[in-house]
Amino acid sequence: MEPVVRLSNAVAVLGQFPVLAGANLTVNRGEILLLQGPNGAGKTSLLRLCAGLLPLARGEATVLGCDLRTNRAAVRSRVGLLGHANGLYADLTVAENVAFWGSTVGASASEVTASLVRMGLSERLANVAVSRLSAGQKRRTALACLVARRAELWLLDEPHAGLDASGRDELDATLRDATSAGATIIVASHELERAGALASRVIEVAGGQIREITGHAGPEGVR
Amino acid sequence: MLRVARLLAAKDLRIELRSRVVTNQVLPFAAIVMVMFAFALNSDAVVSRVAPGLVWLATLFSLLTLVQRSFAIESADGATDALRAAGVDPAGIYLGKAIALAVQLAVLEVVLLLSAVVLYRAQLRLSGVVLLVTTFVAATCGLALVGTLYGGLAAGVRGRETLLPLLLLPVVAPVLIGATRATEAALGTGGATVADGWPWVGLLAVFVALFGVGGTLAFGPLIEE
Repeated sequence: MEPVVRLSNAVAVLGQFPVLAGANLTVNRGEILLLQGPNGAGKTSLLRLCAGLLPLARGEATVLGCDLRTNRAAVRSRVGLLGHANGLYADLTVAENVAFWGSTVGASASEVTASLVRMGLSERLANVAVSRLSAGQKRRTALACLVARRAELWLLDEPHAGLDASGRDELDATLRDATSAGATIIVASHELERAGALASRVIEVAGGQIREITGHAGPEGVR
Repeated sequence: MLRVARLLAAKDLRIELRSRVVTNQVLPFAAIVMVMFAFALNSDAVVSRVAPGLVWLATLFSLLTLVQRSFAIESADGATDALRAAGVDPAGIYLGKAIALAVQLAVLEVVLLLSAVVLYRAQLRLSGVVLLVTTFVAATCGLALVGTLYGGLAAGVRGRETLLPLLLLPVVAPVLIGATRATEAALGTGGATVADGWPWVGLLAVFVALFGVGGTLAFGPLIEE
């Protein structure tokens, strides 16, 4: 089966500064890959490259079969990037936000409802304005939007940030469910203990290069 | 593209219905501007003569607020980046946001025109109704299209609040001139006839066509940067 992400000597530049300097990476379907590394190491740039937002300067990169050298925009509708912001509209309700993002890919009403159910947002919270939600509930809503958008590759940048203990547990359960449903997930996180327990593989990004830390692990995470 | 445009326009208008920023803030602001013009000019004859220009000036000032608001909705929680990352057609985003802006401007303009009738004693003539409506439609489309384009341009820039008026006001000068002259002709201000107004509507139509096509093509690369 073709890997979901394949980078070969990938170089990406922001301004004059090389944020990825010959990165090599293969990610297979259903994996949860943890990116670790210090601030400025290139984790976010790697996620943005995979999302088709950062141009590839040199090397080769394919994501979900799309060649990022020739048409990086093509991959965007199949990838869900969740950065530090949630991309939600504060004046709309949870259900309206999920419906909006689902509609961008032509999701049906039943798919939107299924996304809300899967994230535990289908009852009381569905009709609450996003401005009135807690940080954890907003994060869950943003993830429901990714589900409604039928994202095949989830790119999550510090997804645990701002969540309390129960919110983190819910998020982890959500990510495990997503991989069970066929999604592939790449997580950039500084919270190594929690994210490491979730991940099937860990890599370190440093100075724009990628180094494998652990190999594939069982469903209970990396040892 | 049209599906995305409908989606974006409906989303922006729904947000406006919930937040009521236009109703509670922009409309009162525009009304205050109209009253301040009347205070500053302090002459019924002068105010009545320049009423069409004052209506369009108040519209332009309000446009700045509306455009800032339209893009603040997107940038507040990173939705602009999310739209880009989701591969949503930028031309659809542009048209959708322009349609929502046009609807809000249209409501504002009706209120301003009625304010001009009440405050400035501007005269509405039956013979000028078609010209008046056509002028308002064309000018509204022009302002919405150019406002959305420059709003998108300024949205990602530091100091956007002060940069937007600097960029936008010179560009909309043709709309201000054309709409004012055509409105004068529709209202018969200063002895102008309805026939005098149609060439100005032509200017507005050219402006709409230019920014409609140009904006649709340029908005993608603009937000990509």
